[in-house]
Amino acid sequence: MDDIRSGLSEVECDVLVIGGGTAGPMAAYKARKKNPEATVILLEKANVKRSGAISMGMDGLNNAVIPGHSTPEQYTKEITIANDGICDQAAVYKYAQNCYSIIQELDQFGIRFQKDETGEYDVKKVHHMGTYVLPMPNGDTVKKALYRQLRRMRVLISNRFMATRLLTGKRGRAAGAIAVNTRSGEFLVIRAKAVIMCMGAAGRLGLPTSGYLFGTYENAANSGEGYAMAYHAGAKLANLECFQINPLIKDYNGPACAYVAGPFGGYTANSRNERFIECDYWSGQMMQEFYNELMSGKGPVFLKLNHLHEDTANHIEQILHTVERPTRGRFHDGRGTKYARDMIEMHISEIGFCSGHSASGVYVDEFARTTIPGLYAAGDMASVPHNYMLGAFTNGAVAGEDAIDFAAEVDFDDYDGEAIAVERERVLAPTRREDGIPPNQIEYKIRRLVNDYLQPPKVTKKYEICQARLAEVREDMENAMVARDAHELMRAAEVASILDCADMAAFASLFRQESRWGLYHWRVDHPERDDEAWNCHVLLSKMDGAMSCEKRAVQPYIIPIADDEKDAYYNQRVRAQA
Amino acid sequence: MPLANTATSVPVVVDEGKCIADKGCTVCVDVCPLDVLRISDLTGKAYMKYDECWYCMPCEADCPTGAVTVNIPYLLK
Ligand SMILES: Cc1cc2nc3c(=O)[nH]c(=O)nc-3n(C[C@H](O)[C@H](O)[C@H](O)COP(=O)(O)OP(=O)(O)OC[C@H]3O[C@@H](n4cnc5c(N)ncnc54)[C@H](O)[C@@H]3O)c2cc1C
Ligand code: SF4
Ligand code: SF4
Repeated sequence: MDDIRSGLSEVECDVLVIGGGTAGPMAAYKARKKNPEATVILLEKANVKRSGAISMGMDGLNNAVIPGHSTPEQYTKEITIANDGICDQAAVYKYAQNCYSIIQELDQFGIRFQKDETGEYDVKKVHHMGTYVLPMPNGDTVKKALYRQLRRMRVLISNRFMATRLLTGKRGRAAGAIAVNTRSGEFLVIRAKAVIMCMGAAGRLGLPTSGYLFGTYENAANSGEGYAMAYHAGAKLANLECFQINPLIKDYNGPACAYVAGPFGGYTANSRNERFIECDYWSGQMMQEFYNELMSGKGPVFLKLNHLHEDTANHIEQILHTVERPTRGRFHDGRGTKYARDMIEMHISEIGFCSGHSASGVYVDEFARTTIPGLYAAGDMASVPHNYMLGAFTNGAVAGEDAIDFAAEVDFDDYDGEAIAVERERVLAPTRREDGIPPNQIEYKIRRLVNDYLQPPKVTKKYEICQARLAEVREDMENAMVARDAHELMRAAEVASILDCADMAAFASLFRQESRWGLYHWRVDHPERDDEAWNCHVLLSKMDGAMSCEKRAVQPYIIPIADDEKDAYYNQRVRAQA
Repeated sequence: MPLANTATSVPVVVDEGKCIADKGCTVCVDVCPLDVLRISDLTGKAYMKYDECWYCMPCEADCPTGAVTVNIPYLLK
């Protein structure tokens, strides 16, 4: 294994789904379910059995809109406000209307959702306004349940293939993708009538404070290919300057899970044991308060459970240490931390792109369609804000059903054969060198620069310096990067995506000359929100070979937001404090 | 620029007494999202080849003999 072999095979399918984490399996399942005659390939860099953000399952749904507890209208309003007004509501509203039926379907797959004594869903309040958090008592089984359905539906699964570029056809449609085997370096060209991208967040953009390249908040396999591939294919990407930054357990860098602890009475506190934010739901506005506290004399920040009854704290510990990030318990054991006794030190995560938690993604409409016909995106890499796991499932389903209909209407679009030779050469270049700079050093340097210069607070001059430094690193990457085996070749290809994402993060941030979304886009030299000029999307794309940004109006709201409601997420600080 | 061999301690430990890779098992290698485990040509047992671990645990959870232990990587411990 890992020796580089030369090889190139070609396959055809109706719908190609890239990324088999959360949205991808649902998209592939729904496509086949709707048209059992069609061929559907699910391509995955890792192994569908255990890939993606939910590789070890999840403790709950963060955004379930369940009749009797909340309404699609309420949810759409809350997410519009949480996302500071920049929201095409059609996609959020559609999600909110569809997600309950997806919950019922997941229930049929064998995934249980918590119910109270009366048999009603036991939904908890975590958001600022509405009630949407639903625990999953057997959340550790999610991946197994999905895999069973993929087998039952006879979806063709190709594991350990990393997509590197999309193919676009002569008629301007999606035509397939090019992928490289991560253990042999052999190439696979997949011709398809429609392509659905579900490659997750760009999680390896900033560097975790521990300095460990793979100690990211996101599954570290998500290195941002989705964003880079969409960019190079000419699709538009929305609001990349709205970074993802999350409050996490310091050093461990996984969620402290105020969403789990909150309903039991746990909360985020400063070093004086005081609560300083009213709502622990993750938003840029909340992160700004978190950051301010962290940097103040009352910092650092902690998750506080030690005021709760010992049984309650132990119960929370038991949930948090079995699903999602189960090594949490080992981390705390190593330091002798007990939830019932100690406060848990928190910090902010590295930056990333992720609409699952914020809003940075490939621009899609309510059918998960990108700006390229036949190309779809769903989950963390698509622009529907605050999507989370249920959003990945629901919009994955929407994408699968729309793409399979699209594929039935069209023939394969022809692509330029030359594109494949060019891409193969680009990817294999690091294997043609005897020595040089290994991918891990180039990656470290890019991500260190991202931390030094791009992490908010955003300063114009620092951004310009960063762009110049990243251009130097690009030279090194293109002329001196060396990969000695197929595994290093995968890392080398990932580095190219990471660098593209860093460039896009800088470019989009400089374009939006205002501050918005709290910490996510805090531009120190444009400190105010400017609704007059910037109450719009920023769309980034490749035009004539170069990066370019444009403004795009937010679609007229379906659910109106009153003037006195629109800043609700800015009023999070607990007032009684001195 | 020439390359060096720099040592690094890895977080995943395999109990070679329990590992049955020599009987054909490759489960941990198959499931790892970061693809960092391999079967050693020398010992015929699983081991961590690349120090690129998300400390996520599928390798440990899915090993049929309980041979794998995931520790917290030293840098963040
Ligand atoms: C630690 C953590 C905790 C979370 N907790 C919750 C929670 O409690 N509740 C909740 O609702 N949400 C939670 N979320 C969010 C939720 O899990 C995600 O929003 C959702 O799972 C994203 O789904 P996805 O399909 O977009 O991405 P993923 O599930 O990450 O899947 C992306 C897939 O693409 C593959 N891939 C990447 N690049 C390539 C490539 N080039 N070629 C082929 N394949 C590729 C990856 O290997 C991966 O399998 C959490 C997320 C994290 C990281
Ligand atoms: S899963 Fe367990 S038994 Fe199988 S190869 Fe890995 S360590 Fe050995
Ligand atoms: S903990 Fe996760 S990343 Fe590390 S070896 Fe095991 S499966 Fe792979």
